[in-house]
Parts: sequence; structure tokens; C-alpha cells
Amino acid sequence: MKNILEAKNLKTIRGGSLLVDVPGIGILEGETLSIIGPNGAGKTTLLQALSFLMKPSTGEILFRGKTVGAGQRILEYRRRLAMVFQEPLLFDTTVFGNVASGLKIRGVGGAEVRRIVEEQLERFGITPLRNRSARTLSGGEAQRASLARAFAIAPEILFLDEPFAALDPPTREAIVTDLEKVLAETKTTTIMATHDRNEALRLSNRVAVMEGGRIAQIDRPAVVLNQPVDEFVASFVGMETIIEGEIRGVNETVLIVRVNKSEVEVVGRGKPGERVVLCIRPENVSLTVPDGSEKTTARNVFRGRIMKIIPLGLFHKIEIACGFPLVSYLTTQALEDLALREGVEVAAAFKATAIHVILKSGS
Amino acid sequence: MDIILDGIRQAFILLVTFDPEVLGITWFSLKVSGTATFISIFIGMSLGTVVALTQFPGRRFVVSLINTGMALPPVVVGLFVTIFLWRNGPLGFLEILYTPAAMILAQAIIATPIVMGISLASMQQLPKKLRLQILALGATRLQMVLILIREARLPLLAAVMAGFGGVISEVGASIMVGGNIKGYTRVLTTATVMETSRGNFDIAIALGIILFLFAYLINLVLTTVQQRERPR
Repeated sequence: MKNILEAKNLKTIRGGSLLVDVPGIGILEGETLSIIGPNGAGKTTLLQALSFLMKPSTGEILFRGKTVGAGQRILEYRRRLAMVFQEPLLFDTTVFGNVASGLKIRGVGGAEVRRIVEEQLERFGITPLRNRSARTLSGGEAQRASLARAFAIAPEILFLDEPFAALDPPTREAIVTDLEKVLAETKTTTIMATHDRNEALRLSNRVAVMEGGRIAQIDRPAVVLNQPVDEFVASFVGMETIIEGEIRGVNETVLIVRVNKSEVEVVGRGKPGERVVLCIRPENVSLTVPDGSEKTTARNVFRGRIMKIIPLGLFHKIEIACGFPLVSYLTTQALEDLALREGVEVAAAFKATAIHVILKSGS
Repeated sequence: MDIILDGIRQAFILLVTFDPEVLGITWFSLKVSGTATFISIFIGMSLGTVVALTQFPGRRFVVSLINTGMALPPVVVGLFVTIFLWRNGPLGFLEILYTPAAMILAQAIIATPIVMGISLASMQQLPKKLRLQILALGATRLQMVLILIREARLPLLAAVMAGFGGVISEVGASIMVGGNIKGYTRVLTTATVMETSRGNFDIAIALGIILFLFAYLINLVLTTVQQRERPR
């Protein structure tokens, strides 16, 4: 696959601060790339720079191999893409008029407009709303109209800036499902900014994690999820336990890592004396009430005390102190079966293969 | 009390019989204030839009000037227009003092900052991101401005109504630069002043009712506009 969009040495500086600093990024034709990161990481600014809605301070953007320069070239480029924001930003006219607006701007004629608009209304399930004033729409209906308006111009690249962030969960789910279907059908290259990692993992072929204006990691969702490159990415993709240690011994593929006063066995690569960061997903940590005869296939079993139990809807987040801080998730049912409370002693077990190792650079 | 009731009865008779004098004054008022408002739309709306959509050093100061201009006292405008148009004033050669042209000039000066200020506010009230959305839909800069004006059409209508309301009801400038000449520069407000001072309350009340109706219509439109919601 070829790059449809490429950016080199991209920097956006506003009011003296560097908002985006991306030495290079390529977007493949037909892929869905999600840009995730906390608020203020520069996701929106990067989208606006890539779409030339806000000219980057430095850098070059190539669309299908050609530099997007100045003046007329920028307009030509913008006419080949579409953008959907968190707010639907509809015009004060009917739903039909809204969906038709991009076409009208391009001077497309009457019958053609009607054909395309009807098709998009149908696609996003808002045909019955065609003559309704945009002022009377609910949040979900308005965002559907906004998506239909974007797809009406058959964009070569679709930019989505937190498109579902303002919607309630059922509405969001319905729209994400529809968008998933439309993207599979049209194969539109899509770049989506979101702070919701689940949304990103679900919709994308690749995920870029941003922090402080830089792209910390860009890869397939499974790789970003399981092999984060640094502690920031690890915490953002849900590695609740992130602990530092030092490699003490290497036994074939198993590393013995000293964490505080405990030793953790980890499958990974490294040399004795190197400092590492260990990342463990909470769902990979199992808890039992110790009875002196712990039998588990896990190499790592640690006794500790429950410091805190935080309810998270269907799950409970359990924070354990066992020589180092460890986090596990339990279902409400499991929590009740084990009769766990804060202050209770537990045995926490996790497999040597369930740990992701990050080598600390410069050690 | 009789004076009032009698005045109101007489006023209604004047109104329903389409008294030529009352009708003539009303029509002339509409022409002068309408023309002045029209001029103020051109200048006020375009400059208001430019200030709303651009960033430049000293912008805050300009906006504060415009907002101050919205409260220009008509008598002060009347005073300066009179001085400028005075026989040996800077624009005396035009020889338009005590003509409808002078009244239009003065009223346009009063209405322009009102239209400009409200236009500016209406354009600025549109969500900032709307501009990005319009550009992202492939609009040129001109197309963007036109779409923004379309989006702000109702508040902009409010700007026009407020400008018109300001000048149709002002009396100071009109009497100073127009002179309240019968059949030539007499408008609703100047006639009301004169008839009241003469004790002709019936005509004064009839004129007052017409002014009041204008005020009501204008505010009806303004209220409707204010109560409308923007789309999401």
C-alpha cells in the first residue's frame, strides 16, 4: 500500500509553545489511523495541520506524493478531504441543506446533489429527517447529519476530531457501528483523534499515541496495546502496574528482575545490571486467599495486603501492596466469593509471559 | 383625564381616516430613516464583519470605539453635522443644511455604529470552529464569509432593526439639521415635539401611536430572533 498523505518535519508553534512536533508520519491509502492521547497532547492540532485548516509553522505535507503548497493548491487539497468535529456544527437550514452544503460549495448541480444527498441520508439512517430544521435535531441525529455531510463529498481522506465524545453511550455505540460499516464499504482513508482508547482500538488499523505534541508510538493496535514503548504509552493503554527494577540474572529467556526487595521472573531479553520497567495488565493478575499451598502455573506469586478497592462498574480495581504496588481487576462476583476487603491478605499471581519489559535507555 | 381620552379618540379618527398630513409625515419619516439605515447597513455590516473575522493589533480598541459609537447622543451628532454643513463650515459648499439630505446624513451617522456593533457581535457569536468546518467543506474565503453571513442572518436582521429603531425615534439631530420644515423636513418625532408644544394633543398622540407601533414591530422581530436556538 502507498502513502496517501505524508508529513515531514511538521511543527506547529502557537504563542511560543510547541504544540505539535512530528518529524515524519505517513498515512496509508485506505487505512484508519487513530491518534490517541490525553487532552492537550496535540491531537487536534495535528489533525488541523495535516488537513491544512491551520497552517503548520514548519514542515512539508505531501498528498499523493505532491507537496501541498500555498494558495490554490491548499484549496484543491481541502476539497479532497472532509472533517467531522466533536460538535456537529450544522448550518441553520434543513438536514438536506446541510448534507448538500459541501456539494453546493463545489458548484455541483441540482439533480446530482439530490441523488448523492439521498444516498447519504439513507446510509446514515436519517432519511426521515431530511426536511427537518437542523435546530431541532438531537445530539446523535445531528452527528449523523454531520457524518453524512462529510461523506457526501466522497472525501479521499476523512478527518474525525473526537466525533463521538459528546454522545451518550447507546447513541455512540449505534453511530460507531454505522461508521464502521460505512468505512468498510467505502474504504475511505480515515484519521481519527480520540481520547478513548477502546474506540481507537475498535475502529483502526493503526494507532498513534501522542504525548506533549510528539508521537510516542505508532503501530498496529495489538502491538501498542501489548508492547508499549514507554511508561506513558503503557499507562495510556491500560497497563495499571508499571514498576521499575534491575535485571539480576538471565536464565535462557527468563530474566530475574529485582523490584525493591522482591524478585520477579519475566520472559524477555536483557543483560544483568540493566534497568527495566515492567508493565502488567490488571486482568493478568489473579488473586487468591492464601492458605499456604498456593498451586499455580504462574512463576510469580506474591503475598500482600489489599490497600484499596475501587468500584469500576462491572469490575473492581484492587490495589495491592506486595513489596511493590500491584493492580488487579476482579468482577463483583469474584470479589464477593473471595470475601475480599481492604486490609485483607491475598496472594497475587501473574505469569512470566504476561509482563511487558521496557529497557530503560541510558542505563 | 378628558384631555387624554379626547386626544386618543381624535388620534384614532386621524389614523383610520388616513389623514393626509399624518400620512405624509409618516411616509417621509420612513423614507429618511429607511435611506439612512440602508447606508448604515452597507458601511456598518461590512466593517462589522471585517472586524469580527480578522485579527489585527489594536482590535480591542476599535471594538470599544464601535461600542461607544452605539451610544452616540443624537444631539451631539446633530451639533457636529450642523457645524460641518454650516454656510462657512467645512462642507458648507454642499448647501444641504435644512434639507432631507442633511437628515439622512445625520441619521446614517447615528445608525452606522449601531448596525456595526450588533453585526460584529452577531458574527462573533457564531462558534469559532464553524469557520474551520466551512473551510473543511472546501469553501474559498469569500464563500466562507457568505456562509457565515447566512448563518448570522437573523442576528444581522436584528442589527438592521436596531439601527432603524434608533433613527426613526430620534429627534435631536433631525430637528437641528432638518429644521422641521412643514412638508419638507418634518418627520414623526419633530412633528410630535411641535404639536405638543402647540397643545395639539390629538395629532401628537396619533403620531405617537404610529411611533409606538414601529417600536413594537421592531422589538417583535428582535425578540423572535433572540429566542431562536442555533443548531448543534
